Amino acid sequence: MLNINDLHVQLEEEDKQILKGVNLTVEAGKVHAIMGPNGSGKSTLSYVLSGRDGYEVTGGEATLDGEDLLDMEPEERAAAGLFLAFQYPVEIPGVGNMTFLRTAVNAQRKARGEEELSAADFLKIIRERAKALKIDADMLKRPVNVGFSGGEKKRNEILQMAMLEPKMCILDETDSGLDVDAMKLVAEGVNALRNEGRGFLVITHYQRLLDHIKPDVVHIMADGKIVKTGGPELALEVENNGYADILAEVA
Amino acid sequence: MGEAATKPNPTEDRLATLTMPSNGWADEARKAAAARVREMGLPGRRDEYWKFTRPDTLVQLDAPQAALFHNDEAPLFGEMDRLKIVFVDGVFDAAQSDDLTMSGVRIDRLADSADIHWAADLYGTLEANGHYVQRPLAAMNTAYATDGVLIHVTDKAEKPINFIYLHENETSDAILHHVVKLDAGAELTLLETGPAAARFNKCMEVDVADTATFHHVRAQGRDHERRAATHIFARLGTESVFKTFTLTVNGRLTRNECVVELTGDDAVAHVAGACVGDGDFHHDDTVFVTHDALRCESRQVFKKVLRNGAVGVFQGKILVKEGAQKTDGYQISQSLLLDDDSQFLAKPELEIYADDVACSHGSTSGAIDEEALFYLRSRGVPADIATDLLTLAFLAEAVEEIEDEDLRTALVDRLQGWLERHRG
Repeated sequence: MLNINDLHVQLEEEDKQILKGVNLTVEAGKVHAIMGPNGSGKSTLSYVLSGRDGYEVTGGEATLDGEDLLDMEPEERAAAGLFLAFQYPVEIPGVGNMTFLRTAVNAQRKARGEEELSAADFLKIIRERAKALKIDADMLKRPVNVGFSGGEKKRNEILQMAMLEPKMCILDETDSGLDVDAMKLVAEGVNALRNEGRGFLVITHYQRLLDHIKPDVVHIMADGKIVKTGGPELALEVENNGYADILAEVA
Repeated sequence: MGEAATKPNPTEDRLATLTMPSNGWADEARKAAAARVREMGLPGRRDEYWKFTRPDTLVQLDAPQAALFHNDEAPLFGEMDRLKIVFVDGVFDAAQSDDLTMSGVRIDRLADSADIHWAADLYGTLEANGHYVQRPLAAMNTAYATDGVLIHVTDKAEKPINFIYLHENETSDAILHHVVKLDAGAELTLLETGPAAARFNKCMEVDVADTATFHHVRAQGRDHERRAATHIFARLGTESVFKTFTLTVNGRLTRNECVVELTGDDAVAHVAGACVGDGDFHHDDTVFVTHDALRCESRQVFKKVLRNGAVGVFQGKILVKEGAQKTDGYQISQSLLLDDDSQFLAKPELEIYADDVACSHGSTSGAIDEEALFYLRSRGVPADIATDLLTLAFLAEAVEEIEDEDLRTALVDRLQGWLERHRG
C-alpha cells in the first residue's frame, strides 16, 4: 500500500538533511509503528508524505497504491486516500467544525468522481461517528479546534479520519498531551477503523499508545533512517531500556 | 500676493457647477451649509483627514466616467418583504418604487415635500454638529442635494425600507440627502443596495430618540468604476440602539464616514463593515464616535480583504467626553492581504476625558494563515476553496454584527460569490 523507497529530504530554507534514505512498506490491513528519539525525523516523514511546504525531496520516492505521492498537492494526496492525524491540530477561528468536515468529505468525493453526500446523510453519519468518540453536538458546531482541550483536539482528528475513511492513516504522536482515559478513547477510535483494506503508520515516543493500538511491525528511526525493524516486542525493549542500546547495537 | 481674485479656487469652481434647489423649509439650512463649505474649503490632498485617500475625483468639476455594471445576480434581499424606494442615477423613481405608505412610518420625498416641521429642525443639523473634524463634502451635500427622502418613524415599522440605487448613465453625478427620525420606542430597519451613480455623494442624518432602535444594512457594489463619498450622522437618545453595517464590493474609490453621538445614557452604537477589493480598489472607512452620556456602549468592527494592489483605509476615533463615565468602547480594524501589492492603512484614535471607562482598540494586517491552509488541504479541501473558507472566517467577526440572520446570510452569499469570481 504505502511504499517509501530510499527517501532523502532536506529543509528548504537551510541546507540540512533530515531524512537520509528511509525505506518502509506498510501493507493494507497492517499497523506499523515508528519510534525513535527526538530529532530522528519521524514527524518530518509524516509532513513530507502529506505534502507540507518547507521540505525538499532530494532523492527517493513514496507511493500509495502505486501512485506517486510526492508529485501531488496535499488535497490530491488526501483524495488518493492519505490521512495525517496532526500532532498539533490547527485551530481555525470562524470555520465551523461541521462545515469544515462536510466541505472536506464532499471535496474528496468530488475529486474521486463520487457523488456528494447530502446534508441529511452527512448529518446522520457524523452524529453516529461523533457519538462513538464522545464528541457532542456543541463541539461539532464550534470553530475547528478553537477552545478544544488537548484530548478534544485529538478526538476531533480521529473523527475526521472516521468521516474521510482514508486508505492509509498516519498518526503523528497522537498520544502527546493525552491523559490515560483520553488515550484509551482515541485508541478505541483508531481500532474501530482497523480493517483489512486500511494501513496505519503510528508515530510515537512511547510504548503506552501501542498497548492500546497493537502494532504488527515496529520500526526504530534514528538520524533520518529506519535502523531496526521488529515485532511488537521491539517497542517493549525501547520502553525498558531506552534507545541507547538499540542505537549502539546498530552503530 | 494681492492676487486673490485670480488664484485658483477649486471650492468655488466646484460649487459654481451646482444649483441650490429651493424648497422653502430647507433653504436656510442649505444656505448655512454652503457657507460652511466655503469656510472649510473642499478637501485637498494636503488635508490631514485625507492623508490616505486622494479626494481629487470626489471634488473635481465633473464626475469621472464610470462604465455601467450589469449585475448577473438576483437582486439582493429580493426575497424579503420590504418597501422599495428606487433612485435612478440619484433621482427618485416613483414608477419603480413601492407605494410609500406603511404603518408606523411617514415617508416624504425631499425634492417635493412641503413644509415638514420635524425635518426643518433636523435637515443639516446633525451634519453641522458633526464637524469636530471638517467634513466639507457632507456640508456640500446638505447645501446642494437634489433628492432624497425624509422618513419619520413613529412606531415599529411594519417592514424594512430598502433604498435601491440604479446606475444607468455613465457620467451621472448624484447628490442625495436622506433624513430619518425615529420617535421614542420606534423601530426601523433600513437597507441600501445597488450602484448609485458614476459619482455619488450621499448624506444621511439619523435621529434616534430614547429607546428607539435603528438597524441599517448597506451593500455597495458590484460596480467597478464608482466613486462614492457617503456620510452618516447619527444622534442617539437614552437607551436607544443604532447599528449600521456596510458591505463594500469593488469600486475605484469609496469613502464612508460615520459620525455617531451618544447623547443619552445607556445607548448602544455599533458601526461595522466588511469590504473586498481586487486591483483598482480604494476603500476608506472613517468613523467618529462621541460618548457624551453615561454607560453607553460603542463598537467599531471593520474587516477588509484586499488583493492585487487594492488599498484599504481605516480612520476610527472614540471620543469620550468629560463625565461620560462607564463608557464601554471597542474598536477593531483588520485587513487580510492576499498578496504583497495590497495595503492597509489604519489610524485608530482614542481621546478620553473621563476616568472610569473601558476602551480598547486594535488594528492588524495579515496574510492567509499557512498552517490553517495546509490543515484544510490535508483533509482534501482544494487550495482555492480552503482560501475562501479562511477568508470568510476572517470576515465573520464583522458580518456577525448584523443581527438579522436572513440579512446576514444574504450578504455572506454575496461575499462567497465575490471570492469565487476573484480567486488568485
